[in-house]
Amino acid sequence: MYMNQENIIKVNNLTKKYKKFIAVDDISFNVKKGEVFAFLGPNGAGKTTTIKMLTTLLKPTAGSMRINGYNPHKDQYNVRCSFGIVFQDPSLDDELTAFENMEFHGVLYGLKKKDRRQRIEKLLKFVELWERKGDLVKKFSGGMKRRLEIARGLLHTPKILFLDEPTLGLDPQTRNLIWTHIKELNNREKVTVFLTTHYMEEADKIADRIAIIDHGKIISRGTPEELKEKTGKESLEEAYLSITGKTIRSENAGSIDQMRMNRRMWHRK
Amino acid sequence: MSTIYILWLRQIKRYSRSRARIIGSLGQPLLFLVALGFGFGPIYAKAGGGDYIQFLAPGIIAMSILFTAVFSGIEIIWDKQFGFLKETLVAPVKRIKIMIGRTLGGATVALMQGVVVLILASLVGFRIENYYYLPIALVFMFLIALFFTGLGTAIASLLEDMQGFQLIMNFLVMPIFFLSGALFPLENLPRAINIVASLDPLSYGVDGLRGAFTGQMHFGFSLDLLVLSVITFLILFLGSYLFSRIEV
Ligand SMILES: Nc1ncnc2c1ncn2[C@@H]1O[C@H](COP(=O)(O)OP(=O)(O)OP(=O)(O)O)[C@@H](O)[C@H]1O
Ligand SMILES: [Mg+2]
Repeated sequence: MYMNQENIIKVNNLTKKYKKFIAVDDISFNVKKGEVFAFLGPNGAGKTTTIKMLTTLLKPTAGSMRINGYNPHKDQYNVRCSFGIVFQDPSLDDELTAFENMEFHGVLYGLKKKDRRQRIEKLLKFVELWERKGDLVKKFSGGMKRRLEIARGLLHTPKILFLDEPTLGLDPQTRNLIWTHIKELNNREKVTVFLTTHYMEEADKIADRIAIIDHGKIISRGTPEELKEKTGKESLEEAYLSITGKTIRSENAGSIDQMRMNRRMWHRK
Repeated sequence: MSTIYILWLRQIKRYSRSRARIIGSLGQPLLFLVALGFGFGPIYAKAGGGDYIQFLAPGIIAMSILFTAVFSGIEIIWDKQFGFLKETLVAPVKRIKIMIGRTLGGATVALMQGVVVLILASLVGFRIENYYYLPIALVFMFLIALFFTGLGTAIASLLEDMQGFQLIMNFLVMPIFFLSGALFPLENLPRAINIVASLDPLSYGVDGLRGAFTGQMHFGFSLDLLVLSVITFLILFLGSYLFSRIEV
């Protein structure tokens, strides 16, 4: 772990309302350069909404943000160059090959051909997909797709990597492999990682610091050790449950969540 | 520039890889050509219209371009639903470039489809009367393709999912086709139909195409070209605006 005191992500009083419904409610936090920051919370807590605002996809209702020193709303170009992202839902083109998906990304991010080809080769080898580079993505398994998305998110050497549930629906071996890769990246290339996951043991292993969000508000924060200490529990899972309670969040499951569930079923047959 | 190119290339690749889609989309024009062409041919000739295949083929070519183009535009909904759109929207490129690349790609695909149907039509007896006009025909084919891809994109930007697709096919695309003069001459029509036909963008495309292939015209090249260019420009403008407002 490499870390210094400089904050690469700064969020102040950020709020997002969908019509009347407050999805993100006046949250503030900082992420230090080089750290692995886990953003945890139950379904519908507002994690993805926060990530969308940080990554210029969604306009906040109120509050301010800085990504790598830039304002996601005013300076979209510089912000977009600063991060790579793996979305919660799949975002590959199934009709293209793994290589073509990478190539498409590289061209969009303005990488020169020679540099682009080198990076693609390096990253596809890194996620162990180089042998399959010419295969159409629709023939890939869920885990292979996820690894490809991670490789793609890193292609333009971003300073920050957003990972929204990168291990969702994957087997333990693949999850382990993915986290090993991510840790290695964080160590070697000093990429700051902002992640969400519902697997507490993963967060415990990989995160330097954690913020827990529920109903749009940050209700607890600290290192994994601090959270365990605070609640007097042995594992992060127990600590998490004692902080967020044991009730299932379904009161707000609207049409969007429904659509998302459908999408997941479509994709992970 | 390279952004536009890679988006264009993606459309071409997706199209050329979906053989089922290509073959499937040839069935309809072939059916129209054979059933209508040979079915109505004798009556049309008896009424003094001449060879019906000569009249019909440009209309059917326009039809297949219309369908392919609208469909290409609508494909944005798929990208939205299957997530790929997000990948393009967080990239550090202007949305207008994404829009232009996609639209050019979709229009190229529709143009290729039109050329294939032209070949198909020649196989069932259609003759190009003057080959010097072939480039003009291609210009009209491309304009039709561009306009309707733009229209598809504009509509797709407003829709959340594919549920509205049937609605658009039945209440927009089909009427545009049937009332465009693709199947019948625009002369001596009831007044109401005549007005609708002259408000139908495809009428001008079909007319230009027919003029270029066979010399038969209703509006004339200059009006066709003027109308098509202006509305294409407007729809691309509108489409870009709507596309730029998409939130995912
Ligand atoms: N476009 C939208 N319109 C209306 N409500 C929305 C929209 N997107 C999200 N929401 C709502 O905002 C809330 C927060 O959603 P968000 O996707 O940020 O949750 P999350 O923490 O990522 O949950 P999960 O763990 O299930 O991914 C949810 O209640 C959701 O229904
Ligand atoms: Mg989420």
